Amino acid sequence: MLETLIEALTFRAGYNAALVAVGTTLLGIAAGSTGTFIFLRRRALISDAVAHATLPGVGLAFIALVALGGDGRNLPALVAGSAVSAWVGLLVVQWITRQTRLAEDAAIGAVLSVFFGLGIVLLTVIQNMSSGRQAGLEDFLLGAPAGMLLQDAIFVAVAGLVVLALVIALRRPMTLVAFDPAFATSVGISVHRTDLVMMALAMAITVVGLKLVGLILIVALLIIPPAAARFWSDKARNVVWIAGVVGGVSGFLGAGLSASAPAIPTGPIIVLVCFCLFAMSMAFAPRRGVIAALARQRQFRQRVRRRQGLLALAREEEILDPATLALLRREGLIRTDGVATDAGRAQAARARRDERRWEVARATHQDEAAVDRHDLLRPIEEVLTRDEIAEIDARLGPPEEAAT
Amino acid sequence: MAQTDLPNIVLAANDGQPVRDAGLADSALAVREMTVSYGQKPAVFSVDASFGEGRLAAIVGPNGAGKSTLLKAALGIVPRLSGHATAFGIPVEHAADRIAYVPQRASVDWEFPTRVIDVVLMGLYRQLGLLGRVRTKHLDTARSCLARVGMEDFADRQIGQLSGGQQQRVFLARALAQDADLYLLDEPFAGVDAATEKAIIDVLKALRDEQRTVVCVHHDLTTVADYFDDVLLLNVRKIAEGPVAQVFTADNLQKTYGGRLATVHIDQLRLAAG
Repeated sequence: MLETLIEALTFRAGYNAALVAVGTTLLGIAAGSTGTFIFLRRRALISDAVAHATLPGVGLAFIALVALGGDGRNLPALVAGSAVSAWVGLLVVQWITRQTRLAEDAAIGAVLSVFFGLGIVLLTVIQNMSSGRQAGLEDFLLGAPAGMLLQDAIFVAVAGLVVLALVIALRRPMTLVAFDPAFATSVGISVHRTDLVMMALAMAITVVGLKLVGLILIVALLIIPPAAARFWSDKARNVVWIAGVVGGVSGFLGAGLSASAPAIPTGPIIVLVCFCLFAMSMAFAPRRGVIAALARQRQFRQRVRRRQGLLALAREEEILDPATLALLRREGLIRTDGVATDAGRAQAARARRDERRWEVARATHQDEAAVDRHDLLRPIEEVLTRDEIAEIDARLGPPEEAAT
Repeated sequence: MAQTDLPNIVLAANDGQPVRDAGLADSALAVREMTVSYGQKPAVFSVDASFGEGRLAAIVGPNGAGKSTLLKAALGIVPRLSGHATAFGIPVEHAADRIAYVPQRASVDWEFPTRVIDVVLMGLYRQLGLLGRVRTKHLDTARSCLARVGMEDFADRQIGQLSGGQQQRVFLARALAQDADLYLLDEPFAGVDAATEKAIIDVLKALRDEQRTVVCVHHDLTTVADYFDDVLLLNVRKIAEGPVAQVFTADNLQKTYGGRLATVHIDQLRLAAG
């Protein structure tokens, strides 16, 4: 198993496996970066509906191809059919939301299940057709790229690159619309058109990924990579490319695993790999990860102790808490006998002043959120602007450090 | 403040009827017969209003009076049921380069992955275009706009770490980066601390003194006389518009707010003699 995996990952597991790996990697990169904008605009559900709405298109395209006397398994034709029905599904969701009092989630649920149900009926019909028995259309549900041809791989690669290029070209309007649609309108960006383009890109990913990942799980490849990437960066630009990397790695590893265990459909494996990367991001990402949060909790406890200790020093009270004493000693703020050092006295005076400033800030700020959001234990210069501090100091009167 | 070469496009198209308000093309922002409706209830009904160039103006009225809606409809952010809006004599849609809009800060998700400086750079969108690179001069512009609102030390912060007043300042800095002739602000003083309120009004007055036009949706009646030159009193319909000294009267406020404005409150305002 491990041997075949390594073979697959180094493109030695055969021509077909290599094609699949290239295809899923490119698809993952394009899906992750496109999905970032879907994720930021909170359109995950609607893109799932669009993905499910591809199925009747696949069925109808197959039936049409057979009726015209051709081979029903022509991938570009099936993809074109799925794109048309996905687009119809998107328009129906928008039409229902606009024309009725139904909320968008109800419209999404209705379209998703009805289109998917219709697709399943069509697949059943096709299975009962003489030419349909070997159609393998159920592969579109969960992805089964085993029979992938070179031309299919080229199709996926070209489409993935086109989508990626469009995402890069349109990143600014898409970011603006996701962050602040009203402002976007005021600078001349059409929010409606940008949303349509965003959905069209997601749809392109879906139809291109039909054979590789399948329509049921493609939304995971759009949404999980940006969700993972979000842990690593606070900049939209970085989230886009990190999501691309997460998607690409998922596609590559997933294809490798799938090649070494051919009985399992590719889609679920890719999604599970993707989820592993998400879980690792959630755990280990600096600042936003779970472990970092625990470390922050510890630092917070230390800040509390330091502040309490310094205030006690400023008031010349005895410090009883052993953890606080240990901390102050470690930082050279008190001597081993508990008497404050020069540094300790200076910091104690500063802590006292900040404490009084925060008191004023709490009392005078109309905006309670500003005060609520902070623990009031940091140097005030890190939290408030200079004029805000000046305003507080004006209310406080002249400093008292000299007196203490 | 270059005058546009295309005066009166919309007005001339007005079925050849004589222009009702000859001063329309001179005003920085004019709305005509503006009606906006959410469902079956007009939020703004048939409002005519104009805001003169180089003035600092407030739109004032009770909650639900359609103040924000009027601004949004003028900008095309919410659909109009009827009416049109012009900026400097041309349709607002064609004047985007000269207009800076500051939405209510509660209207966006402050957990969005972006830093303060990135938000200000959004104000340079029309300069940068789709693919233009962000160069040092753009960053310098953004930093100097942050400095004008006292936020230069916060450029690299994630926006989720800011207080409400600081968020409002960042939005104002983004508008400054747009270097517009007309500034439209939706409740810029709502829920901000005293220092931020002062920082904002100083910037707005400086803009006015540079002959730019500023229009604010405003809710604090006690500061109207101190802050603004002109006022539009609105309660779905227009009640009055003009210089504060002439229209900010007890009589007009009573018409705008009805019973909701206690007389004891009125006594505290610096009202025009009416």
